Amino acid sequence: MAELDTSSGSGRKKGPGVKKSKKMSTRVDLTPMVDLGFLLLTFFIFTTTMSLPTSMNLYLPKDTENPEEQNKIKDNSALTILLGNENNVFYYEGMLDNTNASTNFRASNFGTGEDGIRSVILKKKRSTDDKDFMVVIKPSDECSYKNVVDILDEMTINVVKRYAMVDISDVEVQLIKATEASQGK
Amino acid sequence: MARAKIPRKSTSIDMTAMCDVAFLLLTFFILTTKFKPAEAVAVTPPNSVSDKAAPESDIVLITINAGGKVFLSLDNEEVKDNLANTLNTEKGLNLNVAAFRKAQFFGTSFSKLPAFLSLSEDQRTGDALPGIPCKDSTNNEMTEWLRLIKSAYMGKKMNLLVKGDNTSKYPSFKNVITAFKKNDLLKFQIITNPEAVPIGSELYRQAKAK
Repeated sequence: MAELDTSSGSGRKKGPGVKKSKKMSTRVDLTPMVDLGFLLLTFFIFTTTMSLPTSMNLYLPKDTENPEEQNKIKDNSALTILLGNENNVFYYEGMLDNTNASTNFRASNFGTGEDGIRSVILKKKRSTDDKDFMVVIKPSDECSYKNVVDILDEMTINVVKRYAMVDISDVEVQLIKATEASQGK
Repeated sequence: MARAKIPRKSTSIDMTAMCDVAFLLLTFFILTTKFKPAEAVAVTPPNSVSDKAAPESDIVLITINAGGKVFLSLDNEEVKDNLANTLNTEKGLNLNVAAFRKAQFFGTSFSKLPAFLSLSEDQRTGDALPGIPCKDSTNNEMTEWLRLIKSAYMGKKMNLLVKGDNTSKYPSFKNVITAFKKNDLLKFQIITNPEAVPIGSELYRQAKAK
């Protein structure tokens, strides 16, 4: 007897000529996908910048014309640091005048050694009363921005509470030039 | 006695869990990565021991490149619009406000600003531009810029940042500071790269004692 296959969907019967399809496993080999995943993951981990730029605060003093409002530094408790070209650092203690220029004006560097600026600051800090201790930074026109930031950073490192950036005077510029010339720099 | 049969296990492991983890992390890193936009003014900032993160919004960034040229960038679009309008009315520059808003940074004198804005993005590089003139006190346009920016912010807090190149010379930095002082902007921040505190220094001991 001729039969019509009316059923559809799940209840499908196998008619003549329809091959029984093999039941495939639904499992896929995930190994290549994992490989790819980790490859990309590694890439993004390495390209992510973890070190965000930091910033240091700097407060400027207000310019004042009135000399009475200006802070006076005590003669012997101040340390003046001068920045020359090519990472040269010079310093003197207290005031600089003609009589002591040859002995008081000394050269230093950004190194960590005995004559490095860090030890100079520390030595001066220990030998001076904390209330009066003051560092005056005088960058010359020749020094680089890096030197200025380095010396400001040095203030943070050595916990110097009072420091100021002051314009350099002509006498000091001449002294730096003379010293640099005599050192053959 | 019958030997206990050890069932032979398949060597293939179920990778699904591992795959899940990998892709979860991958998605996280893709979404958190911020691609650094190519900087027109290349600058290598110095290092410092400071560990405060630089502010990211309402910034007024002044960049000093290796040649000592000074550039300015702002991020607040509202402020930029205000600034462009003020520049147009005060100086009669006839600036395109939309182009001004889109500009990443400014690096010319006021008079050349309209020409600068008509340049395409990739023509605006630190080397090709003259920078904002602030060499001397008679023609310190930085002072003028800062005055206008200060009024454009209308008393809102702005973060003044200075980002200088290691090799730039001190005078350009000094000129920028002078411009700050003239506008009574006495607090600013210097962008630096982080550096470890030297071991044995006072700061190191203080940090340890805490």
